[in-house]
Amino acid sequence: MGLISAIEHVIKKPIWDCQMCGQCVLHDTGMTCPMTCPKTLRNGPCGGVRENGHCEVKPEMRCVWVKAEERSRTLPLMPEAWREHFNNLRPPVDNRLKGDSSWKNAMSGRDKETPPGWTPEPEAPEAEVEA
Amino acid sequence: MSRLGELLDRGNELIITGEAPVIDGGTLADYEAKLQELAPWCDAMNATDNTAAHAHASNVAMAIAMQRVGVEPILQVVCRDKNRIAQQADIMGAALHGVENICCLTGDDVTAGDESEARRVFDLDGPQLIRLANSLKEGRYLSGRSVGTPPPLVIGAVENPGTHPLDYRAQRAAKKILAGARFLQLQICYHPDRLEGFVKALHENGFTEKCAILPSVVAVKGAGPLKFMNNAVPGIDVPADVISRVADAETPADEAYQLVLEQCQHALSLPGVRGLHLTDFRKDGSMARLCNDLGIKPRTEREQHAHDRIVAV
Ligand code: SF4
Repeated sequence: MGLISAIEHVIKKPIWDCQMCGQCVLHDTGMTCPMTCPKTLRNGPCGGVRENGHCEVKPEMRCVWVKAEERSRTLPLMPEAWREHFNNLRPPVDNRLKGDSSWKNAMSGRDKETPPGWTPEPEAPEAEVEA
Repeated sequence: MSRLGELLDRGNELIITGEAPVIDGGTLADYEAKLQELAPWCDAMNATDNTAAHAHASNVAMAIAMQRVGVEPILQVVCRDKNRIAQQADIMGAALHGVENICCLTGDDVTAGDESEARRVFDLDGPQLIRLANSLKEGRYLSGRSVGTPPPLVIGAVENPGTHPLDYRAQRAAKKILAGARFLQLQICYHPDRLEGFVKALHENGFTEKCAILPSVVAVKGAGPLKFMNNAVPGIDVPADVISRVADAETPADEAYQLVLEQCQHALSLPGVRGLHLTDFRKDGSMARLCNDLGIKPRTEREQHAHDRIVAV
């Protein structure tokens, strides 16, 4: 682990339980780390969320995505764009980046690289779906 | 194109899909016999992928077996057991045998099954898998390498309208539709208001024109399976009054039948619902009765009817 990764880890582990995936999406997910979801889902909660809002896999833990969804709406001081990004389709994880500093990869743009066959993100929904 | 694909293209007729029973040991003839209760009513049936994290004959093998006995399969692909390489291989391998319908799921966790000590994979998640299937359909693997002749895949997914965060579920469904899902089989939902809210949000925002919404109904025979789903299947909540309605009835099997019938009628009455996804736990011949009571004709009759109408135009 390089120096930058070490610093990143020391800061982000205690606050967000950061798993050092090297391609951080915290700002799009209500500042909640999706890699702490036991299924490491990057695109929202699975269908197994329990009636009390807890996780299918770890019944004692609140579903990471229930928390993320709530926080994406309610966290103060978060730029509006970050809230809007919540529904974006996030590409598959690049497993080569695990352990790397996401700060470094964000600066170089490495974290935005997707597999060549991955089709561009579909258009964002025109109308918000109001439930 | 698959029959399901043609139905989706035509855009207005009823669609009935069914959950095909799993098989472990046995022969093709055994499997064919198992399919017969539900198959005549279904446009296509799901070849499940180690459902509830229990090992069975594989999704691809069951899909091919279905083709061979004249039942149109929907290949279910989950993210729990295989990484993206194996998932692409399964979809392409099934397509080689003419299996074109794909249903993309995140999948339940290994802890739901009888081998909880297994490693969970989840290399991709459900929405990413939908996109991956679209890449294959467009002619390339995720690496960018050509697949040769692109398979004419008909891609669908699932969503649970009945669990938390409730207000967000329709947005997640919309995300899957935008990613390319043309049909959505919904998880069984014992809260009619939740199902209603979910479908309404999609319908009012125009998503039901792009995607066929198929609520699930599980035909149960008594209160046992209702209690089981409530206690053991995360994401399904069966209210106590629903359970007691069946449990305390004079003949629970009849009351359960009524419940199932009402669930189907309610789902079909919602604007934006295109059909049903049926699962048969009763195994007592009541699927024919149910479809009859709902006025749903066997698939071959519905097809003949549609054909006559098209010829007439
Ligand atoms: S319930 Fe929530 S935290 Fe648990 S596996 Fe599903 S999405 Fe992840």
